[in-house]
Amino acid sequence: MRRAIGLLSLALSAVLATTSTSHAQAPKEVVIGAIYPLSGNLAQIGIDSITAMRMAVELFNGKSDLNLPGMKKTTEGLPGLGGAKIRLIVVDHQGKPDVGQAEAERLITQEKVTALIGAVFSSVSATTSQVAERYGVPHMNGESSSPTLTERGFKWFFRTSPHDGHFTLAMFEFLKDFEKKKGVKLKTVGLMHEDTLFGADSGKVQEELAKKYGYEVVVNMAYRAKTTSLDAEVGKLKAAAPDVFLPTSYTSDAVLYIKTAKTLEYVPRMLIAQNAGWVDPQFVAEMNKDIEGHITRSPFALDLQAKKPLIRQVNELFKKQKDNPGGRDISEAPTRALTAFTVLVDAINRAKSTSPEEIRKALVATNVPADQLLMPWTGVRFDEKGQNTGVRAILQQIQKGAYATIWPFDLAAADVIYPLPGFKDKK
Amino acid sequence: MTAEVLVQGLVSGLLMGFVYALIAAGLSLIFGLMEIVNFAHGEFLMGAMFATFWAWALLKLDPLVSLPLTVLLLALFGLLVYHGLIRWILGAPMLAQIFATFGLAIFLRAAAQALWGADFRLVKGPLVDGRISLAGIFIGLPQLVASVGALCAFGLLYWFIRKTETGLALQATSQDRQAAMLMGIDTQRMFALGWAIGAACVGAAGALLAMFFYIFPDVGATFALLAYVAVALGGFGNVPATLLAGVIVGIVEVLGGLLIAPALKYAVVFSLYLVVVLWRPQGLLGRF
Repeated sequence: MRRAIGLLSLALSAVLATTSTSHAQAPKEVVIGAIYPLSGNLAQIGIDSITAMRMAVELFNGKSDLNLPGMKKTTEGLPGLGGAKIRLIVVDHQGKPDVGQAEAERLITQEKVTALIGAVFSSVSATTSQVAERYGVPHMNGESSSPTLTERGFKWFFRTSPHDGHFTLAMFEFLKDFEKKKGVKLKTVGLMHEDTLFGADSGKVQEELAKKYGYEVVVNMAYRAKTTSLDAEVGKLKAAAPDVFLPTSYTSDAVLYIKTAKTLEYVPRMLIAQNAGWVDPQFVAEMNKDIEGHITRSPFALDLQAKKPLIRQVNELFKKQKDNPGGRDISEAPTRALTAFTVLVDAINRAKSTSPEEIRKALVATNVPADQLLMPWTGVRFDEKGQNTGVRAILQQIQKGAYATIWPFDLAAADVIYPLPGFKDKK
Repeated sequence: MTAEVLVQGLVSGLLMGFVYALIAAGLSLIFGLMEIVNFAHGEFLMGAMFATFWAWALLKLDPLVSLPLTVLLLALFGLLVYHGLIRWILGAPMLAQIFATFGLAIFLRAAAQALWGADFRLVKGPLVDGRISLAGIFIGLPQLVASVGALCAFGLLYWFIRKTETGLALQATSQDRQAAMLMGIDTQRMFALGWAIGAACVGAAGALLAMFFYIFPDVGATFALLAYVAVALGGFGNVPATLLAGVIVGIVEVLGGLLIAPALKYAVVFSLYLVVVLWRPQGLLGRF
């Protein structure tokens, strides 16, 4: 018996010895878990985002001279970790918070990921980040815009993108600027938002800011996401007739709104969308003339590539990706994912370790300059809540079938079309 | 809230209700015949919409032109599903039947995304497009045509079930399987026919819907939910009652949204359903 115990402890110490030595050595690979919607209503956005991140993994694992965070280097792999390679594990959350939660749990406990990134839907990011917080694993987010996410005082959650507080502020700043510049008077706003966390938070902050900026909210309605009919909603809008209409909808409902508004002939004087459906490239292509003059908030603009050659370089690479059939231009969603992902990898590289605490410290110390970003931001620096403080929102308008930047006026590539032209092919 | 907005809501709800009803008709027929709930019904609808889309995109066929083809295709698909899957689980416990059709739903949805991608598609510039205006009330022409089409399909279905010999045999099978067998009715054939007709109905609905609704692998799920409500509301297996129930769902949905709150419109629909089911568990026009 005593001999058995002796053998056992010997074996145990041997195991401990090997683990401790392997820990001291730099790991050969860094595993990152990406939780995205790959089926369901936002599947294409998820697929495009994964394509952008896979492209970044290839660049990080090889050599690259792209001026993205941590990417410009002459050696293969991550130099801070002795050339370690990145392995991306991609999972599908189907747009469901419970699935996201289970997948986050599995990625952390089974796949032993170093960090998580995701999850587009604010409602899903809310649950995945809770899991990450519990296990003490860094969770990066580049898309979810619900302000609540960074108001929870989480230690492990970081968001590169502006939230709907920033975006909505931009909308009302724009309205004030616009009224002054054009000498028009806009008095009332109408709100319509879907009923998940994204829509609910957007509606809440829009209502608050409208009051603060002196606009009367004449209609404010939540609707069931993925609905089969928006007849009642558009009916209410027609009855209330706000000057400015602010919708918050994912693609399916955005398509339905346009179709219904066209049938019922509802045209507000101005429409400013809370992103989402309105920036889906397929939505823009399909709706074409019917959304001429629609405005959306955005953190990214392809038409800024004249001022930022980096955008063109990345776009050329993106168009050549094999998972990007038809060579579509990089759009808003993959750009946001790419930004968040490169910031995360850069922090892991600077941490020179896969220890969660070291990575967290490196993330807190993040200071990415504006010239390494595809976005028109002043940089990436996280506040104590994990929110990037260098964000800047821009507004874009559909002009001749493509988005043109119209605000801030100093970045503008085009003048504002006002009022909305309405539906062209009337019968 | 002006009267005009309300009337507009009623008209829109009515038009949409006919389409809901046609989607629900197939579901109701199959349930009445063999007491199997087809959980893949929404995916049948999605399949029909994609068939219409591809006929338009590849063969330049307008949804109305390709409608007979879509109906035929779906009928064949219904037969395939019956012979390939349903026939084998007829005697199985209810849970197994649920899992089988539910599994089929997931398979069809995933297959659609794998084959055709996750983009939202639209049939652009259909033959019937635009809208008409009557005394300030707007009626979308595709919606109008879809409603008329749905009513025609209902008429045909009613005529077939009530007036033809095969239809009577179908009814007999639905009323009493054993007795029908004793009368020399081939019930297996009737079941297969039921699936073909049920799928054909949803095929027609999909083709009509594709004129004005987006097409997407997940599109069926929302419609299917309303179809289940319509079936239960009208009375399981009672096809004409499904028409009434579909229209009620369509109108209540819009009026609930207008008069109460858009966020609660489905709550109103489902509350109505609960009230009816509590008051008349057999549905509004159900007999047993």
